[in-house]
Amino acid sequence: MVTVDRTRGYRVFRVVNAIILTGVVIVTLYPFVNIVARSLSDEFAIRAGKVNLVPVGFTFRTYEFVASDPTFWINYRNTLVYTVVATAIAMVMTTCYAYVLSKKHLKGRTFLIGIAVFTMFFSGGLIPNYILISSLGLKDSIWAIVLPNAVSVFNLLVMKAFFEGLPAELEEAAAIDGMSTYGILLRIVLPLSKAVLATIVLFYAVSFWNSWFAAFLYMSQNDLFPVTVYLRNLIAGATTGTSVGADATDMTVATNIKSVTMVLTVIPILVVYPFVQRYFVKGVMLGAVKG
Amino acid sequence: MSTTRTIDASPDTGDPRRARPDPARAKRPPRRTWRQALRRDWQLYSLAILPLLFFVIFRYLPMIGNVIAFRKFQPGGSVLGEEWVGLRYVKMFLNDPSFWQVFTNTVVIGVLTLLFCFPTPIVLALLINELRGRRIKRFVQSVSYLPHFLSMVVVAGLVMEMLSVDGPVNQLLRAAGNEPVAFLQEAGWFRTIYVSSEMWQTVGWGTIIYLAALTTIDEQLYEAARIDGASRWRQVWHVTLPGIRPTAVTLLILNIGTFMAVGFEKILLLYNPLTYPTADVISTYLYRMGIVSNSFSYAAAIGLFEAVIGLALVMSANLISRRTVGTSLW
Repeated sequence: MVTVDRTRGYRVFRVVNAIILTGVVIVTLYPFVNIVARSLSDEFAIRAGKVNLVPVGFTFRTYEFVASDPTFWINYRNTLVYTVVATAIAMVMTTCYAYVLSKKHLKGRTFLIGIAVFTMFFSGGLIPNYILISSLGLKDSIWAIVLPNAVSVFNLLVMKAFFEGLPAELEEAAAIDGMSTYGILLRIVLPLSKAVLATIVLFYAVSFWNSWFAAFLYMSQNDLFPVTVYLRNLIAGATTGTSVGADATDMTVATNIKSVTMVLTVIPILVVYPFVQRYFVKGVMLGAVKG
Repeated sequence: MSTTRTIDASPDTGDPRRARPDPARAKRPPRRTWRQALRRDWQLYSLAILPLLFFVIFRYLPMIGNVIAFRKFQPGGSVLGEEWVGLRYVKMFLNDPSFWQVFTNTVVIGVLTLLFCFPTPIVLALLINELRGRRIKRFVQSVSYLPHFLSMVVVAGLVMEMLSVDGPVNQLLRAAGNEPVAFLQEAGWFRTIYVSSEMWQTVGWGTIIYLAALTTIDEQLYEAARIDGASRWRQVWHVTLPGIRPTAVTLLILNIGTFMAVGFEKILLLYNPLTYPTADVISTYLYRMGIVSNSFSYAAAIGLFEAVIGLALVMSANLISRRTVGTSLW
């Protein structure tokens, strides 16, 4: 579209558009910058409402304080462990099922798809789930987080769509050579699917990294929490031992610590984000094609 | 795909697609019995066992577990309740004024979210699409997707910091000579806060699908419109918008389907007893009733009601869109 659009109206539009989008960028980034500034500021400056985009009374004291809390690191490690284990299990389950669903000749395929898709629109709800997890004895264990979220139907459909798009000839040739279905999946299909696998791994990893409610609901011990629950307890003011230095009031100190904990929780995502963002976009588009 | 299949398919039908374009004939004529299917594809079926177990245990068992909405449940007793009580719990919540309060709140927040968070990604996508430089386009997109990747806890934390008495919003108010406002303590502000933070978090990510749909619009349509003398606005109106309509309708149906489940996690993190009058929704109410106060049956009845309404909503939205614009999810 590089032709006759030299009208005055269009030029005005472009300026307005640039202003609007600049506004969008600023509004999106502002809270991050603010939180970083707060995390590096002196508590009195924060309480006085002086901290906005630049740290006032620059200090690392709050970081030191948060880092000196062993629970924080235990919870951080929990998040890491939960994310890795849950993502691994979810990948195995999702890949297997998506591969099965991608085989159009399979008898009962519609039924198998239906079972999965129906759960997108109707779910048992919080209370029956809670009773189920409790009576299975999964409370206070990693399995309360991992097992109930082992398959995301959205990810399943993205993967199924991808598998359906693979050329059938390779698999047929391998089958003629006497390779088993398992062998075909492992040695033919998966190596061809690295792009979609990376995408889905990221989808799962981010959702497990960010999840908090399952842990909040099913775990009752401090040393089992993921870092999101640690942060949740901080911002809900329900945590123990929040006082850095005797000179500050609890409220301001908590504000300080909140900011630091938030920054530390978000950093891994911010660091990885620029490199993996395009995989996410690809995944959403793959999913969108399928509807 | 096993060996047997390739062998028994090849001799008589060669290439079925090209040989028989008639779709009715293209389907394999003799329908396989289950015994044949199992013998041929048992390896495939075996891969489905674990995922099926997952769905049965963690998705369908809880649906059955909803019978406790009609049975008296005691913690520590039978998982499926002790005795039938019929519609007692349903009647109970229908006569509960706080239920109608949270019902209204749910609908209001749901409608506001739909009104503000459904159209804004379309507008933003159109604006981003008008950007010329590839670099700058990438940058705006990357920045706007970012909030999507945050944990809800972090979003809630950011909201609290931005709106705290010493936060940026109140700094602005003070600079303008106003008294600071404790936004999160005031029921009157909750919906505004909820909807705007929702927009902050979801708008950018929502543009992806529309931007993808925009690239699929045939360039020739624009050319034809230009030859007919259509201005840029008219091109957007007559070519771009119709081009992304199927996408928009699909997303609208999905949004309507999740309408009743409005941001449970975020509300749970942001509300407090002071803001219950506007902030408390069905899901948070049943959370407090069930998990906090141990009225499992009562809460399950409310949850079932919510889920049924959600299903009804998505089905009717789907039906309406199929009848009117010809787009549907299934």
